[in-house]
Amino acid sequence: MRLDRLPISVLKTRFIPGGWDMLAFMLVVAFFIYVAEAALGLTGSLARLEATPISLAPSALVGYAARTALRMLIAMLASLLFTFTYATLAAKSRRAEVVLVPLLDILQSLPILGFSITILFFLSLTPGRVAGAEMAAVFLIFTSQAWNMAFSFYHSLRSIPYELDEAARSFRLSPWMRFWRLEVPFAMPPLIWNMMMSMSGGWFFVVAAEAINVGNTKVTLPGVGSYVALAIEQRNLGAIGWAIAAMFIVILVYDQLLFRPLIASADWFRLEQEAGLTPSRSWALTMMRRSQFLGLVARLFVGVLNIVGKSGTPVVIRPKGEIAEGRRRIGDFIWYAVIALVGLVALLKAVRFVFSEISTAEVGHVVLLGFFTFLRVGILIAIASLIWVPIGIYVGMRPRVASIVQPIAQFLAAFPVNLIYPIVVSSIVLGRLNPDIWLSPLMILGTQWYILFNVIVGASAIPPDMRYAGQNFHVRGWLWWKRIALPAVFPFYVTGAITASGGSWNASVVSEVAEWGQQHLTATGLGSYISRATDAGDFQRTVVGIVVMALFVVLLNRVFWKPLFARAERKFRMT
Amino acid sequence: MNANAQALNLAPLLDVQGVCKSFRKPDGDELVVLENVNLTLRPGEIVGLLGRSGSGKSTLLRAIAGLELPSGGTVNYLGEPVLGPAEGIAMVFQSFALFPWLTVLENVKLGLEALGHPEADMRTRSLKAIDLIGLDGFESAYPRELSGGMRQRVGFARALVVHPNILLMDEPFSALDILTAETLRNDFLDLWGEGQLPIKSVLLVTHNIEEAVQMCDRLLIFSTHPGRVVSEISIDLPHPRHALDPRFRALVERVYVEMTSKPRGDRVGHKAERFPGTGIGTTLTHVSSNLLSGLLEAVSEPPYNGHADLPAIAEALAMDVDELFPVAEALQLLRFAEIEGGDIKLTREGSEFAKSETDERKRLFARHLLTYVPLAAHVRRVLDERASHSAPKSRFFDELEDYMAEDAAEQTLRTIISWGRYAEAFAYDDARQAFSLENPA
Repeated sequence: MRLDRLPISVLKTRFIPGGWDMLAFMLVVAFFIYVAEAALGLTGSLARLEATPISLAPSALVGYAARTALRMLIAMLASLLFTFTYATLAAKSRRAEVVLVPLLDILQSLPILGFSITILFFLSLTPGRVAGAEMAAVFLIFTSQAWNMAFSFYHSLRSIPYELDEAARSFRLSPWMRFWRLEVPFAMPPLIWNMMMSMSGGWFFVVAAEAINVGNTKVTLPGVGSYVALAIEQRNLGAIGWAIAAMFIVILVYDQLLFRPLIASADWFRLEQEAGLTPSRSWALTMMRRSQFLGLVARLFVGVLNIVGKSGTPVVIRPKGEIAEGRRRIGDFIWYAVIALVGLVALLKAVRFVFSEISTAEVGHVVLLGFFTFLRVGILIAIASLIWVPIGIYVGMRPRVASIVQPIAQFLAAFPVNLIYPIVVSSIVLGRLNPDIWLSPLMILGTQWYILFNVIVGASAIPPDMRYAGQNFHVRGWLWWKRIALPAVFPFYVTGAITASGGSWNASVVSEVAEWGQQHLTATGLGSYISRATDAGDFQRTVVGIVVMALFVVLLNRVFWKPLFARAERKFRMT
Repeated sequence: MNANAQALNLAPLLDVQGVCKSFRKPDGDELVVLENVNLTLRPGEIVGLLGRSGSGKSTLLRAIAGLELPSGGTVNYLGEPVLGPAEGIAMVFQSFALFPWLTVLENVKLGLEALGHPEADMRTRSLKAIDLIGLDGFESAYPRELSGGMRQRVGFARALVVHPNILLMDEPFSALDILTAETLRNDFLDLWGEGQLPIKSVLLVTHNIEEAVQMCDRLLIFSTHPGRVVSEISIDLPHPRHALDPRFRALVERVYVEMTSKPRGDRVGHKAERFPGTGIGTTLTHVSSNLLSGLLEAVSEPPYNGHADLPAIAEALAMDVDELFPVAEALQLLRFAEIEGGDIKLTREGSEFAKSETDERKRLFARHLLTYVPLAAHVRRVLDERASHSAPKSRFFDELEDYMAEDAAEQTLRTIISWGRYAEAFAYDDARQAFSLENPA
């Protein structure tokens, strides 16, 4: 029994501080000072914020990076809270499910800039204070993180193995115990993976979230995003370089302090009871396990959870059975009627709001713009697939190479598109290129990596026997790709392509427009339409834009991706 | 052994009266899986529920555990109706159902935690249960580090730690290899015999006849489709019971006879009975052609020469009832064999099949398939009649759903596809989800 594999709660020895304790203690103290400092900034007034403009000095970047990292952490915690409540409600209540799941689907396909409509609301909560602007920024980051996490948790809750469910019920676990002992652990591995993806998504939009610019409202919160925005405005290439370095360090710190430990501990929660998986390693997790100080903190936390759990009223666990059919039907009828009514009222209101400003012809035009963006996304996904599928297969079959490529790709996925503007805009202007074509690659800049990620995972999951069989029968060249490699990774590829496609739509809002100093380039499409509308503070047009985009994305998922995924699952699954 | 005679005089722990369970099919008809089951459990006895899969014995166990409500009838525990998982009834699961992220100790503690026991008390009791069941030294291990047998010991410890009056066991040994299962069974029986277990009675679901005869004081034998208690057998052999003891063999033989004597209600639902001519509503259990040929060959060879005792052949082939019966019944359906009184007897065609080469076997199989399996004949007729000689799977699926539940229809179609392919009676394209007459050249 290796000591470092024991969970925190099992180590019950006397408290003797050790080296790991010192390290843990220092980290905790540093964290609290850092949060306290940041909190002080919240109470300041907006006027003072405007009086202290963003500085492009590299030394200022340290503080900005810390601010941005904290915003992301808060947004991540908010996303977790949202995930645990929203997804749980959707999974447990049949009636809530019919509303919440499609709603989540729509929310997921809305471009994050669409949520900038809410900024004014947050600003109005604390007039003249920074807190409101900070809330708005955190909320924008939250909208780029929460949805896929909630979906992942919902799917896990729906696929709890029935024997574990029965065991939990027959031993009369309270819902609270069941949640923490069964549901959260079971959902952990996919949730952690989604948290990592969400973090990348958050970075991608960090400029939009921090340098708030809606109509006449301009707020620039100190952070890496605002730093980048200013660097672009002033055409400062050196500053762009510093921003990239700062971002890289923050991502690295997050990776080491948060995600590595999470991944390593997630190995516990895997259901496959077979040994033999190489356990992931993390020094931070080792520190947490070895440090008795953190052990105490963890036990305290668990104790609080238990007290909260016990304080409730005793629960009655009901068996699965048929409730009185008639009563259920009546309840359903009332519920659906209410939903339909609310939906109808909302629709009428939205239509009246939108058409007070906009003609039907313009709506038609917006749909056409959507079609242009659709063409871009389609072509780019195809090109990216041609490039990354072979590379992903090559890398996936070589675990050593994969361990090097994975973190690099992960960093690139988080790379905000704004940082590429200087290169792209300069090249287009110098080469007199057509922005309608040459701005397009920006869309897929951050999302193509999902194709690579998933193909790597798929290729590394090809059973060795299958590879040996291929070698044994001298299957080589194109035949090998056609009969072995491509079919084996196909379901994984589809998963990656769905993510990449959804992400590209979302990214079109920041990539169909590009600026470098005074040079502004625009590509014709739905993304630039939405971008222009939010810049002008034109709510009607923003709403039309995001609704059309959401329709495109949802429709595409229903008509194309989901059937393809179902087919891939049926035909190419390994067992 | 806790005296049976004394047990009879005690008030029942559990009283099950007229329990039924049915599911509503998509077309609104009811599918009955459990029909009018009565059962009384008294302190000090181990009662076995023996039947094939689909006999509803697990459903009954779940009704008693309060996990599923019966559609009719009552389940009373200590005089109170069971309306949810009751304190004092604990369960051991076939697949162990351990929480992989909890250690052995934490898994065992779980039931006590849910009851809100104080920490110190939980610890002592859990360690005692772990000790009792022979898991000493494994307290901090995770389930993934344990072998199957050790995992199920955790399952037992977790159930015993709450000191239940009734221990429910849902095929607790069937996921283990034969040797491990035997060891675990004997350990359990030893503890039970010595009165060391903090339980009053045991209800055991199994499809292993020898296991049932070895462990139980009383056996209830279930029929399938719908599940019904067809007979009750008392077993008063003294413990330890030996499988080679002639009295033990006689009891095993008797159970086999009981399980094969009644003609199985093949047709499911009411519509099929109203239209007996159609007959396509028979649920087919998927049995591969390899197993069919294998059993035919085994029975045709010496020492059986076409007529075998089912317990003997089960033993010789190391097959469970649950594995053997579907094969035997498929052979009966195809008129390659007859089953009666715990024996299997090959028909003339059955013997002929066993002696033939591949091509002749396929011809014979095709003839019997199209003659005696109405669904196969139906599929073939539809394909012959259509100009395209092809038909979507959904066409037959919808038809079958009038007679059976969705998964049964799925399984029946899978069987027909597999048999049809072996017989080369028709082809099936999974990508298009369609039957056709064209076999790839």
